[in-house]
Amino acid sequence: MERRLFLKSAIAASSVATAVGAGLLTPSTVFAASAKFKDLSGVAVSNAAGASEGSFKFKAPKIAENGAVVPMEVNASKIDNVSNVSLLVANNATQLAASFNLSGALGFVSTRIKMGKTSKVHALVTAGGATTRVTKEVKVTIGGCGG
Amino acid sequence: MKITKTIMLTTLVGVFSSVSVTQSLASGHGGHGASQTQSSKVQADIDAFQDYFKKRFADLELDDFSKGPYAMSEDKMLQFEAAMDMPPFEDHLDKGEKLWKTPFKNGKTYSSCFSGPDEGIRTQFPKWNAAKAKVDTLEQAIVDCRVKNGEKKIGTGKGKLAWMSAYLTTLAEGQTINVIVPEGDAKALAAYEDGKKFFYAKRGQLNLSCANCHIDNAGMRIRGDTLSPALGHITHFPVWRGKWARKKGDGFGTIQRRYGGCNKQVRASPFTRHKSEYDNLEFFHTVMSNGMKISGTEYRQ
Amino acid sequence: MAKIKLKPKARKGVISIKALVKHPMETGLRKKKGKVVPANHIDHLTISHNGNKIVDADIGSSVSKDPYFKFKVPGAKGDTIELKYKDNLGKTGTKTAKSK
Repeated sequence: MERRLFLKSAIAASSVATAVGAGLLTPSTVFAASAKFKDLSGVAVSNAAGASEGSFKFKAPKIAENGAVVPMEVNASKIDNVSNVSLLVANNATQLAASFNLSGALGFVSTRIKMGKTSKVHALVTAGGATTRVTKEVKVTIGGCGG
Repeated sequence: MKITKTIMLTTLVGVFSSVSVTQSLASGHGGHGASQTQSSKVQADIDAFQDYFKKRFADLELDDFSKGPYAMSEDKMLQFEAAMDMPPFEDHLDKGEKLWKTPFKNGKTYSSCFSGPDEGIRTQFPKWNAAKAKVDTLEQAIVDCRVKNGEKKIGTGKGKLAWMSAYLTTLAEGQTINVIVPEGDAKALAAYEDGKKFFYAKRGQLNLSCANCHIDNAGMRIRGDTLSPALGHITHFPVWRGKWARKKGDGFGTIQRRYGGCNKQVRASPFTRHKSEYDNLEFFHTVMSNGMKISGTEYRQ
Repeated sequence: MAKIKLKPKARKGVISIKALVKHPMETGLRKKKGKVVPANHIDHLTISHNGNKIVDADIGSSVSKDPYFKFKVPGAKGDTIELKYKDNLGKTGTKTAKSK
């Protein structure tokens, strides 16, 4: 009785495509934003540019399973008096995803954001007037079989 | 006398262990007794199937396989855990529970169609129905229960039925899967073999079999996705799938809904649910995960 | 079904606050059948702990649909957590829960 379990039928299904995805949101990767929020975003972008390397933990997937729901976690709980945690997605037209002003809460924020395409994501933590940054690249791909 | 019988059965059934032969002699043929023995041929298949995955993924424990592609990649596991932190399907599980507990117009409840407590229902299926010479599945049994009690049928792939089945699956979390293909029951074995054949047969324009992706290439990438191992598939169905939740869906789907989807993805025509093709496939598919624990409804991408 | 799910849980002197708000979070740039779906997203969210505001967040439209948030604050079982949000169309929502 042959055991077909061990049949080595080679298929071409193992190629990896991490190409910049066409975007999971139509028609483009631009998000509408109010003027106030755009200003906030502009400020955050300059803060990011001038920020030094952060020592906090920033968890984000290397390859997003679903560009509409990408988990992000900033853990700066060991840093005292964190006054703000912000998330920026470099390739979104309005880079700022959200800005959390904290007062008494620990420097910890976890949320899920939409990403139109592969991009660098910056986590900014401000404490004692100084802003530090940790950057990760998150790839957004075309699904294979499940997507 | 005894020795002769042992030799005869060895020839017929291809059994190498005389212990199991003696046991099957005791329980009789036809397979509808209180204690059913697993067909030794099927057991050998289970062992070979599970050994393959254990060797291939040596650092995983048996129950780790229920996490499918998430067990194969730390990056993916991070996303799974993030989603399961506040599962998107809790509300519908509650709806499923409510539906399950709501009596029919005639006053009876779903539980009355099944034996034992609600927590024990999930692991009773799929099962070989010797009287009807077919495989019984949980979803079909729920529909039959409705009809038996004067209610209308409901769809078997998604919606209310999926919520109820998901509720029962979550209730059964931690229980061991143990589907029996009764030793000596030729029809049961034929149904199992039919399901096994389906699993290994190439189909569709893409000419792929279930085995090509979920055995040969389990853990490998298919464009941006990672292929799940066939071992452990059944432990978390009905499942909540992100893809099924886009647009108007609520995300829930039964195993046979997924069979249809997978067949379509290799560009093969899907079969009608709860007919022999998918029922026998579910039979084989579940048997291969015997020994694993039900992990309850889970999130998938 | 609950529009806001708020689950605060205390452990070792820290309350983990998990929140899920049902909201479409429309960006205002998506088209459906040729028509633009108007922007409809949460733009402001606050969390209070025993009456003290601990989180004051400006939320953009690129936060996912049915947004999920998790925060942490030093505290104990029985403390009161309140979530308030407002969206760009002016709608608001609020939910209070005692930490387990």
